[in-house]
Amino acid sequence: MTTASPEPRRGRQRAVLGALGLAGAAALAEIVPRIGVVSPRYLPPFSAMLGALGREASSPAFWRALLDTLQGWALGLAIAVTAGVVLGAVIGSRRGLRAATASTIEFLRPIPSVALIPVAVLLYGAQLRSTLLLVVYASFWPMLLQVIHGVGDVDPVARDTALSYRFTVWAKLRYLVLPSALPYILTGVRLSAAIALILAITAELVIGTPGLGKEIGVAMSSSAVPAMYALILVVGLLGVAVNVGFRALERRVLAWHLSVRTEAAT
Amino acid sequence: MTASLRRVALAVALPGLLFALWWIASDDSVSFYLPPLRRIVAAFGPTWSPRWASHVAPSIARLVIGYAGAVVLGVGLGVPLGGRPRLRAALEPVLELARALPPPALVPVFMLLFGIGTAMKLLVIVSGAVWPVLLNTIEGVRAVDDVLADTCRCYGITGATRLRVLVLRAASPQIVTGMRQALSIAIILMVISEMFASSSGLGYAIIDFQRGFSIPEMWSGVILLGVLGFAMSIGFRVFEARVLRWYHAQRRVRGEP
Repeated sequence: MTTASPEPRRGRQRAVLGALGLAGAAALAEIVPRIGVVSPRYLPPFSAMLGALGREASSPAFWRALLDTLQGWALGLAIAVTAGVVLGAVIGSRRGLRAATASTIEFLRPIPSVALIPVAVLLYGAQLRSTLLLVVYASFWPMLLQVIHGVGDVDPVARDTALSYRFTVWAKLRYLVLPSALPYILTGVRLSAAIALILAITAELVIGTPGLGKEIGVAMSSSAVPAMYALILVVGLLGVAVNVGFRALERRVLAWHLSVRTEAAT
Repeated sequence: MTASLRRVALAVALPGLLFALWWIASDDSVSFYLPPLRRIVAAFGPTWSPRWASHVAPSIARLVIGYAGAVVLGVGLGVPLGGRPRLRAALEPVLELARALPPPALVPVFMLLFGIGTAMKLLVIVSGAVWPVLLNTIEGVRAVDDVLADTCRCYGITGATRLRVLVLRAASPQIVTGMRQALSIAIILMVISEMFASSSGLGYAIIDFQRGFSIPEMWSGVILLGVLGFAMSIGFRVFEARVLRWYHAQRRVRGEP
């Protein structure tokens, strides 16, 4: 880098191109229904969606639904993360336990969480607890696996050193296990957060627990098509916010870490 | 010999124990919603053998076709995008939004646009499962080793051969990772698209049992879905081991885990 550093300029160029891409997509969503490729009754022009979004934003019902969705998401995620960290730390720290539980985890993990929808309906009906059941089940597994890997990843030399110095249990957790497991934990939280949002919306849409998903269903069945698209857009933006937010958190918390880790592909 | 026996014993012990616990704990259950496992197992055969052709097979067929479509589309779009940095920069925010959108939220849109037929269900599966494949393919193609790319250029390898021996090969570990994520999304969307508005399929059958309060039958459906998900993930692991044998062997030689 002898001349003026190319990095910021490339970053700016990328931002401009990205903005152009977004503008292009919006223009496409405006033009396609206007020239009649798809009937505007089914795909309203982008401006109509924005108008509906404006109307939604001025209604208290929308904000209540948004809060309901966020509540189900946050509570479910918190439960899944806590359970994942505790169980993962216990299982990951003992080789025998890891070997004994591996097959059970491999069996339970791929069970699609939506299989639990009828169970949730029967047990809890259209309540927050139904959402929580689905959210917790789905977002628990990635968390658990990440923590098991993270705790198992402790450097053997560091472990022996801690043993020689007779670290107490707390000191071992704080100075040995946590630093090596933290990157994995944060990756797990990010994966789980995205999954939790998907399942929160799904539960609201299919079961009818209060939230944005339910509002989407209501808008569809009452043929309020622009409002439906506006709500879907909000849900998408929520997803982006979750992804971007947790990625930023990861970078901040792991600033000390040698390589801000590449995503563990699970 | 004893080592492998030990491994088998370890793998079977806990699932067996849990199953036995469920069996014993629920055996004298009088709860309407949580019937004894004995009755669920007894309901399994009579429930699903007459419904195999009408509900289970169509679901699996839609899953396979939709998933295959998502993989082909994801790789087909990902390869050209991965090789063009400017195009990628332009589309990145749009793709980010599309990926972050919870796929089930799109079910109402597809119902509106395409009715409630098979086309809608396939499109729902494709539209949800394509993103992990697409984004991972882009990443994989972007990260093709420069030396290998230069070598190909020196030997005059271009076109379809270059795609086959260099681009797809180098990106295949990433592509397979995307395909694994896509598989679980595809199963979820298969079930949801059937739960919504349908008169056939596994998801429909399970919801129908629940509405009719045929509780043991409903539980047997939940278990069938679980077995399906498990079988798919085993099948995928076999596929991965075959396709990526060279890659895992390379990593072992380098001493990476």
